[in-house]
Amino acid sequence: MAVKKERRDFLGLALGGFTTLGGIAVLGAAKRTWDPLPSVKSAGFTTIDVSGAQPNVLNVEKWRGKPIFILKKTADMKKDDRDIIVGKDRFLICIGLCTHLGCIPSYYPKQLKFICACHGGQFDTAGRVLKSPPPIPLYIPPFKVEGTKVVLGEAGETFKKMEAAGLTV
Amino acid sequence: MAHFTKATSIHDWLNQRLAVDKVEKVLATEYWIPKNINFLWAMGMILAVTFGLLLISGIFLLMYYKPDTKLAFDSVNYTIMSQVGYGWLWRHVHAVAASVVFLIIYIHMFTAIYYGSYKKGREMIWISGMLLFVTFSAEAFSGYMLPWGQMSYWAGMVITNIFSMGSLNLNGLVEWIRGGYVPGDAYLTRFFMLHVVLLPLVIMALIVFHFAALRIPHVNNQDGEEIDFEEESAKYLAGSTRQSKVIRFQFDFLSKDILVLGFFFIFFFYLVFYHFEFAMDPVNFDPANGLKTPTHIYPEWYFLWSYEILRPFPKNPGLIAFGFAQVIFFLLPFLDRSPNAVPAGRRGIFKVWFWLLLINMVALTILGKLPPVGIYTTYGTIAAYFFIGLWIALPIVTKLEKPIGGK
Repeated sequence: MAVKKERRDFLGLALGGFTTLGGIAVLGAAKRTWDPLPSVKSAGFTTIDVSGAQPNVLNVEKWRGKPIFILKKTADMKKDDRDIIVGKDRFLICIGLCTHLGCIPSYYPKQLKFICACHGGQFDTAGRVLKSPPPIPLYIPPFKVEGTKVVLGEAGETFKKMEAAGLTV
Repeated sequence: MAHFTKATSIHDWLNQRLAVDKVEKVLATEYWIPKNINFLWAMGMILAVTFGLLLISGIFLLMYYKPDTKLAFDSVNYTIMSQVGYGWLWRHVHAVAASVVFLIIYIHMFTAIYYGSYKKGREMIWISGMLLFVTFSAEAFSGYMLPWGQMSYWAGMVITNIFSMGSLNLNGLVEWIRGGYVPGDAYLTRFFMLHVVLLPLVIMALIVFHFAALRIPHVNNQDGEEIDFEEESAKYLAGSTRQSKVIRFQFDFLSKDILVLGFFFIFFFYLVFYHFEFAMDPVNFDPANGLKTPTHIYPEWYFLWSYEILRPFPKNPGLIAFGFAQVIFFLLPFLDRSPNAVPAGRRGIFKVWFWLLLINMVALTILGKLPPVGIYTTYGTIAAYFFIGLWIALPIVTKLEKPIGGK
């Protein structure tokens, strides 16, 4: 039975082409289905009043499901570019998840360091790495200072400057 | 056109339509197994049966489990454990089987390595087996999320963070996998889907593939002897069963399998009824809490060796070493440069390599459980480097190996 080869080829190419297009569209839909929901994304702003904080006592707040470390520094703790000034006081405000694999380090006030129990990483009171495996300092979340309050999730002037200087990571 | 005659019996009726006699021959009664094998060859059957136990116990757990972050913990620890009749039985069978299945997988793997059952036409058996190992690992991990205890949450946090790929900081990818900034409701539900639908389907397909890969090269034997299966099976069918080097799968080999399975069941149900706690981490009896990391996070025992390869290094080299450990076993048939497909005991320096690998992996497993402090960190680093060194040495060691003539 004689079959025109060009016609078969055309049918094969057309079928293959449209199937590929359909497949890509399905993959796109599948990808979007796994994206975080709008409700999850929009619940991303938290305001914290730090006026009641005690020096060298770690406060842990929650923002986007993540723990936020707020540490008011004493006068004799060494100054750091990562310090955040709220009112007259210096603070460490950072995401309390180890930058290695995301465990929560514990704060040891006498040793003035954070120690992560999972893989042994250590950070100082500015959130800088003292001991690996964590490759980078604790993240500083986007923040905006309003009087004695700090709004997390909104990038204020100070945050933008710090970010430009590479201090927030 | 197919021609059907009036059936003489139910068997004949089925046989005309489904060729049941032929299927039985091909799959069982004329599927040939070498005689010179030992109890280690029963591990495949034990794995198949353990998978069956996981499937059955899983079906019963599924009837009361609730994949919701607010309900999951209580649906397991209260409803299934204290309300559902025999709920505890299904949970303990499921948890113990999930743990023990890895013990048997490791025995199965090391049997293959020792007897060279990954070479000379058996490469696809090894590769399909490794795919099963990886899929079983994903299945175990996704199942570990479901009780939504502290270990579930924090294991989920740590493992999904691996996908940020170190300094590449692919946080978008991590958030996409989680469906949120941290493991939450969307995360739990999608891992529930993976655990009860997608991954079991993949596992079942891979099991079929694994068996199919076995058909042409046949089962290896404990002398690494190359058997002419056609000639030996002809001898068997002609009645010289004593002279033949092979036996039928059903019921000859199956009876051996079932004997070993009997011993396995004694061990398995001893664990289920008297020592189920080894598969139930006490930390996971605290509900998930995103603001409190357990003081010491470690995976289940079967992941400890690869965890210990991740742990002693800085972030990026650690991830590379971890990735290396995950894929290197796949390459075993190609890294072994020796033509000898005989037991490691007859292969000189490879015998040393085999036992060193086994000891190294046991050491990594023990160190992975210990906290990362002081001397343990040093030992962990040494053991991790040693693991990588062993695999780099493998092509050299096997290249130097003298070919063994004859059988």
